[in-house]
Amino acid sequence: MQRILVGIKRVVDYNVRIRVKPDGTGVITDGVKMSVNPFDEIALEEALRIKERGGAEEVVVATVGPADCQQQLRTCLAMGADRALHVQTDARIESLTAARLLLKLVEREQPFLVLMGKQAIDNDNGQTGQMLAALWNRPQATFASKLQIDGQRAQVTREVDAGLETIEIDLPGVVTVDLRLNEPRYVKLPDIMKAKKKPLETIELATLGVEAQQQLQPVRFEPPAQRQKGIKVKDAAELVAALKQKGLL
Amino acid sequence: MSHRILILAEHSQNQLSVGTAKCVACAAGIPDAEITVVVCAADAGAVAAQAASLKDVSKVLTIEHPAHAHALGALIAPQIAALAGSYTHVLGPSSTFGKDVMPRIAAMLETSQISDIMAVESATRFRRPIYAGNALLTVEIAAGAKMVGTVRTASYQPAPGGGSATVEKVTSNVALPTHTRFVSVSAAKNDRPDLQTAAKVVSGGRALGSAEGFKILYQLADKIGAAVGASRAAVDAGYAPNELQVGQTGKIIAPELYMAIGISGAIQHLTGIKDARTIVAINKDSEAPIFEVADIGLVGDLFQVVPEIEKLLAV
Ligand SMILES: Cc1cc2nc3c(=O)[nH]c(=O)nc-3n(C[C@H](O)[C@H](O)[C@H](O)COP(=O)(O)OP(=O)(O)OC[C@H]3O[C@@H](n4cnc5c(N)ncnc54)[C@H](O)[C@@H]3O)c2cc1C
Repeated sequence: MQRILVGIKRVVDYNVRIRVKPDGTGVITDGVKMSVNPFDEIALEEALRIKERGGAEEVVVATVGPADCQQQLRTCLAMGADRALHVQTDARIESLTAARLLLKLVEREQPFLVLMGKQAIDNDNGQTGQMLAALWNRPQATFASKLQIDGQRAQVTREVDAGLETIEIDLPGVVTVDLRLNEPRYVKLPDIMKAKKKPLETIELATLGVEAQQQLQPVRFEPPAQRQKGIKVKDAAELVAALKQKGLL
Repeated sequence: MSHRILILAEHSQNQLSVGTAKCVACAAGIPDAEITVVVCAADAGAVAAQAASLKDVSKVLTIEHPAHAHALGALIAPQIAALAGSYTHVLGPSSTFGKDVMPRIAAMLETSQISDIMAVESATRFRRPIYAGNALLTVEIAAGAKMVGTVRTASYQPAPGGGSATVEKVTSNVALPTHTRFVSVSAAKNDRPDLQTAAKVVSGGRALGSAEGFKILYQLADKIGAAVGASRAAVDAGYAPNELQVGQTGKIIAPELYMAIGISGAIQHLTGIKDARTIVAINKDSEAPIFEVADIGLVGDLFQVVPEIEKLLAV
């Protein structure tokens, strides 16, 4: 079966104002709105569009994390994914572990394409897709803003510092997506109802034979330095004078 | 014990990137650092010479291959992984080049990566921004683990010149994969300063209304010798090309002067300008969040204010 696997992550919603816990052990997540990582939504949207064009038969979403992640998997099912896989664990999962776990799912599901967000907006690591591609020994195309699949190959336009770069990769491979690839659809109420009946499989981490290795120990979380309060000027002339005074013009 | 640090050079075939010199500055902050820069290029001569002249670099390695005419992560990673054995740290810039290739190297080395290093506390302890810079995290890597990381270039000044490292050719016997092929790159050519390294940046948001509207920013930028930047909304709407996007998912910059014009100041945008020395905001909404971080704020209509500034600068 022509299958696409989409990796997703549950993260603090991008609209939430992040606050660090006073004791420096983390950021406050209690009672905070959680969502599907916005980049992963774009990855899923792309997978759904490929399927709707006849380029795939099945879209499977997968995540690694605690029981709560099932809410986000349900959202993905409501968006249109056919099936969800939940690797359940309460352990802190480093990117390399996530990649190792996803590789296990890849071996099981044999997708021709893995789509993921280019980064998760909580840790901003931007690693898992590339790590999966490396462990899988397959190509990676990161920061995709355009994706064209042509049989066993994909042409991917990437947003790079210089502008736009296009590369061609043999499939299967991993594509990580950037913001301008597409605009994800809104989930409609009937779809949420339907999603409740779609298959969601829970897999205990231990059964996959991967250890949740912890090589990176968080030592301290702290808020960033605040900028000093600035001044207001009333017009262009005052602005130019202020900048000249600072030697900036 | 000395720490052996390998830095993967970023370059344009004839010019070493400023980001690489910033990686050297970051590496120099690791105690007892012995710094090696590796250049993968079709013809590494010029770039290697530039790397060799950086202060604190003790050795430059070159891996030459015609396939290195374009930097493809899938091709570079196995060669760097093969070379990394005797190093304690492997670093690259947190540019799209480094972000693409470094995690692939880390996975091949079976090690975790620390992204966007902004400060070095010890050879094993590093600080980095998370949550779009709304929190800073200090992490410790397990003793004995090889450390792979990307360097948040906005946090460092480039390493100065004055070095004279030896240059050595490495012959790599790693078979290069053929599953990834370069097709093309489209980059706007212009004479303006580079957004990432410019001392001054004039940046526009959705309020500019069109690509046509953006022209008044280019005029102002040219008058003061600034680079031009943009918010995501402006790029999404097609007013400005993607390489101008500033923010969490665009470029992270640290200019002396940043002028945010018709930009509301969403947290994802502010992430990109936290290290700007002076932030100027021009916005018609006095409640816009950009004013909370601006050093100099002006409440007004940009279509009136910007031409006025230009006129004032003409005299
Ligand atoms: C995952 C994720 C990543 C993101 N990454 C980035 C990123 O990297 N960079 C980024 O910029 N954004 C990013 N965003 C988007 C961000 O949340 C904002 O939507 C975006 O920055 C808004 O752009 P803007 O300020 O131009 O537009 P708006 O928020 O629409 O602001 C326009 C401003 O212009 C002012 N204005 C209107 N007319 C005038 C006038 N005539 N004169 C003066 N002022 C005027 C308005 O008062 C308003 O404040 C990201 C969002 C998400 C979810």
